[in-house]
Amino acid sequence: MPGLAGRMSTVIKAKVSKLLDRAEDPGETLDYGYQKQVELLQNVKKGIADVVTSKKRLQMQSEKLEQSIVKLDTQARQALAQGREDLARTALERKNLAQTELQSLDQQVKELEGQQDQLTENEQKMKQKIETFRTKKEVIKAQYSAAEAQVRISEAANGVGEEMADLGLAIQRAEEKTENMKARASAVDELEKAGTFEDLSALGSGPDDLDRQLAQLSAGTEVDQELEKMKAEVGSGGGDAPALGQGNGGGQQGASQ
Amino acid sequence: MIVRIAGEGQFNVPDDVAGRLNELDNEAVGAVEAGDEARFHHLFAQMIELIETDGEPLPDDELAVSHVIVPPRDISFDEAKNDFTGEGLIPD
Repeated sequence: MPGLAGRMSTVIKAKVSKLLDRAEDPGETLDYGYQKQVELLQNVKKGIADVVTSKKRLQMQSEKLEQSIVKLDTQARQALAQGREDLARTALERKNLAQTELQSLDQQVKELEGQQDQLTENEQKMKQKIETFRTKKEVIKAQYSAAEAQVRISEAANGVGEEMADLGLAIQRAEEKTENMKARASAVDELEKAGTFEDLSALGSGPDDLDRQLAQLSAGTEVDQELEKMKAEVGSGGGDAPALGQGNGGGQQGASQ
Repeated sequence: MIVRIAGEGQFNVPDDVAGRLNELDNEAVGAVEAGDEARFHHLFAQMIELIETDGEPLPDDELAVSHVIVPPRDISFDEAKNDFTGEGLIPD
């Protein structure tokens, strides 16, 4: 069926087989092929380690974001208690965005975990295939003439080559994905920084890039709802807002943390 | 026919199943050409399922070259545009 084979098949011709074709002593080439496979397996290990590193970095960011969310929530409450609804809204908008980012990050971490498992499983498979190749090559060296050996080993070598190429592609794919995540991660970093602002009043001084972004991103209604809910909670939490304002006196700027 | 699901492993697929796989593949190409993403993903998922349920995983100690390599299961529609129009995963 040429359609399927033509479109989907990716015949990965192992370089090993080309080497074999030229080789005068297949035995020697087989040994070289085996060495090469073992070397490549080391690269596979490195590739998996990279995925693990990326995953850990994302997990750390996810934790930071969780902290930011708690902090922003607290800040929103504090702002509201002081009658600064504008600041509370800004904090809630940031919280809203942080939550969206967190969801996306968690999803990415999950994906990376799946990839890591699959790569580890394939690495084991690869080890087994290389071991099979090693055994086969000894048998072939011992039992067959040079010409026959060349033919016999070709399929095995190409099989291993395909496995290796596939694993290499899977790793490359995982790495590409983590690359894409990096761009997003730096945006999250920026957000995280914004989430650690110490002085809430500074926010009122004028919109920065992030604020503009926020305005676009936040659907508004969600923030409105949460703001109303929070108002009700803060209102019923004891003492009315004006009293709190008086209590704070001139310290209105000091949304102390 | 030996089929590899890229990034996962090889399966021995009986001939009649291979025929059905080919039909699905042709339909998938049609879906890609028509820009019908949902339909493509539906068809592609069917292909993967068919290979997994009706194919026999190749033992780890068998060294064989695949007749067909199916793209990774999380393939995006954009990637599919390359794979399902004749260039193959890796142009050689």
